[in-house]
Amino acid sequence: MRTLLVIARRELAAYFATPVAYVFIVIFLVLLGALTFSVGNFFDRGQADLAPLFSFLPWLFLLLIPAITMRLWAEERRSGTIELLLTLPVALWQAVLGKFLAAWAFAAIALVLTFPMVITVNVLGTPDNGVILAGYAGALLLAGCYLAIGAAMSALTRNQVIAFVLAVAACFVFTVFGSPVVAGFLAEALPSGVLEAARRVSLIGRYDGITRGVVALRDLVFFVTFIGFWLYANAVIVEWKKAA
Amino acid sequence: MAAMIEALGLVKRFGPVTAVDQVSLAVARGEVLGFLGPNGAGKSTTMKMLAGYLLPTRGTARLCGHDVLEEPLAVKRVLGYLPEGAPTYPDMTVAAFLDWIAAVRGFDGRERRARVERAVRLATLGDVLFYPIEALSKGFKRRVGLAQALLHDPEVLILDEPTDGLDPNQKAEVRRLITTMAPEKAIIISTHILEEVEAICTRAVVIARGRIVADATPAELAARNRWHNATTVVVHETEADAAEAALRAVPSVAAVERSARVGTGFVALSALPRDGHPIEGAVRDALAAAGVAPRELFVERGRLDEVFRDLTLKEAA
Repeated sequence: MRTLLVIARRELAAYFATPVAYVFIVIFLVLLGALTFSVGNFFDRGQADLAPLFSFLPWLFLLLIPAITMRLWAEERRSGTIELLLTLPVALWQAVLGKFLAAWAFAAIALVLTFPMVITVNVLGTPDNGVILAGYAGALLLAGCYLAIGAAMSALTRNQVIAFVLAVAACFVFTVFGSPVVAGFLAEALPSGVLEAARRVSLIGRYDGITRGVVALRDLVFFVTFIGFWLYANAVIVEWKKAA
Repeated sequence: MAAMIEALGLVKRFGPVTAVDQVSLAVARGEVLGFLGPNGAGKSTTMKMLAGYLLPTRGTARLCGHDVLEEPLAVKRVLGYLPEGAPTYPDMTVAAFLDWIAAVRGFDGRERRARVERAVRLATLGDVLFYPIEALSKGFKRRVGLAQALLHDPEVLILDEPTDGLDPNQKAEVRRLITTMAPEKAIIISTHILEEVEAICTRAVVIARGRIVADATPAELAARNRWHNATTVVVHETEADAAEAALRAVPSVAAVERSARVGTGFVALSALPRDGHPIEGAVRDALAAAGVAPRELFVERGRLDEVFRDLTLKEAA
């Protein structure tokens, strides 16, 4: 447990050791603000909630979360430090989970910095802060899913650009399975059983539910399982590369 | 003496290429094993397998009795490893990096500080403690890697080219460090520098195309060379012909090679022995009988670089 935190702390510090973290956070906040206020008609809607923010968040995450995870393993592989890390007395799960937790903490920091939005709606009206809180919880879980996918993709390659593109592609697949357009398209191509399975592993439907304030236990279980699965895949990939 | 590092029939294939083929070796406490071989011979791959970073295709390795495949964590606790190229996290300062290594290795509080201080002292990093590692010269980076490997005072040290990129003073310093630590540890170093093997290694293993082609003490390796016990005399050029004739007449001398020392008026004559036996006495007697007084006379131990070339190139033919 202690080793896990030692690993996670170094990874988190590594984000802030370069301008990457600050650039990321600024871009994230600016884009999210722009989408929410202009495209999302934040003011004209006349509703005191953060629905526009939460509806754009998955698409922003889709592009930005892989930027957080792309260096996790690829950079270690490129610079050779992975050899150092894997020959220290660290269990593989500690390395995998430590890196993931650091990335998750970083995503959480970025999310927390959207707090002015929360203040704004509270000044302008009387929102249901419980729903907003649920929204943030959903956003954090969704970020966790994308991060877990991205971390696994990063373990596949020594090239950060490849890690980024693979992660965007994989996150995209798990996002759009749920959308009605894709579901309609897939309905013609796939047998209904496969379609149903695809819908079940889709992230967006469950996320939408949570951001509307419906926090169902099975959705939480799903997210945790989803993250666990990809972290396991991450560990398998690292172990497989050792044997390759 | 129980072996602290054991390689048991290590094989590593990368696709169709066999990088390491049936490498077995054992290193006991107090031994410094020099791992030699041309680039791409499989030195680093073998060391990576010993350290548990690469999984062998076949065979296994044991450090202090712990199997790298079955007890990887126990192996990593007794091992100090300097990977190829001495990788470190470039954005950390030397102090932060070593402190992190100490934390990962489970040291706390005062002990952690003491461990870091000791490693800094051993690798003489005191002056660059608060520099980011990426700002350091190649030699300092290598020493940071070395400090990291020594931090927990491990029983087993596996160092992949510990002196690569160091200047002659730093090389001497690292060699002295290794020699000092040697009695309590089992050490493997890989190197291209043959004088280093003669200076600090108790044993040399030569590897070529993934196979061990020699496993002997540096002296034994040198004895395989035709220059082993060769005796060279330096004589004035006016006496050179007489001296050469006298040397050729000695039965235990196989051949004489002559090389002029340009601009000095002196000539070096090297008598190569038959069967590698000492010929110094016979050479002295022959010169005395011929009335030649050599200015210098010295006996060679054998040329490791020739042995190395013979061992690693012969197989290719």
